[in-house]
Amino acid sequence: MEKIVNLLKKQITSTIIAILCGFIVVAILLTLTGYSPFEAFGILFNGIFSKPKYISQVIIKATPIILTGISVAFAFKVGLFNIGAEGQYIMGTIAATVAGILFDFPPVLQIPVVVLSGVCAGGIYGAIVGFLKAKYGIHEVITSIMLNWIAFYLGNFVVNTQRFHQPDSTGTYIINESGFTMFLYGWKRSEEGKAFLMEHPVLLDVILKTDVNFGIVFAIIVAVAVAILLKKTTKGYELRSVGFNKDAAEFAGIDVKKNILHAMLIAGAVAGLAGALTITGMSPHKISTMGTFENYGFNGMSVALIAGSSPIGCIFAGLLFAGLLYGGGSLQSAIGAPSEIINIMIGTIVFFVALTKIVPVLADKLVKRGEKHAR
Amino acid sequence: MLDNLFLLIGITLMYSTPLIFGGLGGMVSERSGVVNIGIEGMMTVGAATGVSVAYFTGNPWFGFLCAGLAGGLIALLHAIASITFKADQTISGIAINLMGSGISLFMCRLLFDGATHTPAVERKIPKLFGDTRITGVAKNLNVDLTVIFALVLAVVLWFVFYKTKWGLRIRAVGEHPAAADTLGINVALTRYVCVVISGVLAGFGGASVTLAIISQFSPTAISGQGFIALAAVIFGKWTPHGVYGACLLFGFAQALTIILGGGNFAVPSQILSMLPYVLTIIILILFVGRSVAPKASGVAYEKGAR
Repeated sequence: MEKIVNLLKKQITSTIIAILCGFIVVAILLTLTGYSPFEAFGILFNGIFSKPKYISQVIIKATPIILTGISVAFAFKVGLFNIGAEGQYIMGTIAATVAGILFDFPPVLQIPVVVLSGVCAGGIYGAIVGFLKAKYGIHEVITSIMLNWIAFYLGNFVVNTQRFHQPDSTGTYIINESGFTMFLYGWKRSEEGKAFLMEHPVLLDVILKTDVNFGIVFAIIVAVAVAILLKKTTKGYELRSVGFNKDAAEFAGIDVKKNILHAMLIAGAVAGLAGALTITGMSPHKISTMGTFENYGFNGMSVALIAGSSPIGCIFAGLLFAGLLYGGGSLQSAIGAPSEIINIMIGTIVFFVALTKIVPVLADKLVKRGEKHAR
Repeated sequence: MLDNLFLLIGITLMYSTPLIFGGLGGMVSERSGVVNIGIEGMMTVGAATGVSVAYFTGNPWFGFLCAGLAGGLIALLHAIASITFKADQTISGIAINLMGSGISLFMCRLLFDGATHTPAVERKIPKLFGDTRITGVAKNLNVDLTVIFALVLAVVLWFVFYKTKWGLRIRAVGEHPAAADTLGINVALTRYVCVVISGVLAGFGGASVTLAIISQFSPTAISGQGFIALAAVIFGKWTPHGVYGACLLFGFAQALTIILGGGNFAVPSQILSMLPYVLTIIILILFVGRSVAPKASGVAYEKGAR
């Protein structure tokens, strides 16, 4: 009995229940609309796991949303709702593209310059939100929503400036190759590399046909670093106290305003890093005119929620999210089921994540009732 | 000059109407103590349902009503999660947004042979002066009837909130549910009603885009209006007149962008498009300052908890 209760109290259990519920709801919906759920899920899993190339694609697609997820999760821990990860991400892509085109240093210097430009742009953008909240008390949700749109139009503006716009396209020029962060980029295109890969079809599939890049390594490092910052440092303690109870934190001598500013700066920087790594690590290595938001930041919110705001959890939630999106892409062509079913599934999972917060409470009640009977 | 002025007013009203519906919806829900971040999703569902029903029945009014109904149904999910299950209201709201756009496109693809946008409806919601052939100064002021509805709605909500006992009860539930409970007000029921009404209004807001402004649903028909409405709720300090004003202001900035864009200004259109958003932030800094949410907003009510 105690074992079950303890198991139920673990957050991972709630999350798994939520994911299962998502699958069940979607299965029901598919059945009602005349599709076979088993067939659909089969295609979904094939689309993720059947080839090494697919797995590699999922990891690549997961990288930016893991990072935006960490950004949102981190802000949550400080009691802030970073709906602006989208805008910070866009600022990251803009700054990285601009730096990547303007400069052409050797890779050792170029990569840090390009990536740091993105990080700084995102960080400053986040800090604006933090500043306005700390100084004028303006709700972070309003400023973030406004700044998202400003970043959106700024991106479209940069695309259309003469210096950056590539003629006869909807985008900018591609950044200089010295800024690429793909794994073995030079080698895989050399004669020797090609010859080697020809003999190893699995590697060929993964390395040559997808943009395998160092982004995921960055994402994991950031996840661990943020987790350590929050749990093991004085700064993290301050940040979490501000998130837990602002007034108590103030009373204990913690500078609430400064911590809000710092928190948004860091959250923005992480989202900016996501944008920068997308530019350096993935084709097309440039920004294009946007018609609507590309949702990297908004998807980050779902990732953070599925992960229960744990930075490490964001890695797995991001992989799950990317897997569903990527694997679900083939549903439409394979059985004609609208691929939006995946969005419904992700929505349902998030919905049940909200609901399953009740599981640990129920588990507690179970114990208490047990105690009563024992007496 | 006068013509331009009327054009400005006309476009302002046109842009702000969906925001007013969404914003007032959000306000009703938050005043009762339930944060509703899912306005965007509810608007999307309303926009898709409204147009689909109007297309098949040929009656825009019926479509408009069904849009409200669909919005209310989705809101019911949010209510169940956040009131009965005491779930995190922000998370549930985000889930509603995801599900709303997913369900709308899913439905659209099933009904219209895999297309992500519906065909155009034949009859839109009529204009104020009926005929669209009116010329002269009145032409620009011949706004959609939904504009009038939005104004009436704001007035009615103001009256309900500040002049009736129901309004007092809703405000009490949002500020101090425990006190309201001891006075015999049913906290859960009040919140359920408010959240569902908020969904109905958001649904109307969505339909006022697809049945009055444009005449079809597409994946970009509702792109961010729900979030702007959310901002307007905070901007308008959770009051009906405040929300109405905030939405008008936002619509005005949009209209200004369009009118200036038509002139010979040396400003690139993308920079001009930022105007409404920059203006909002500046006004917030200069005039509005701190806005305080209803005290119990976002907190599930636990009977007997201190």
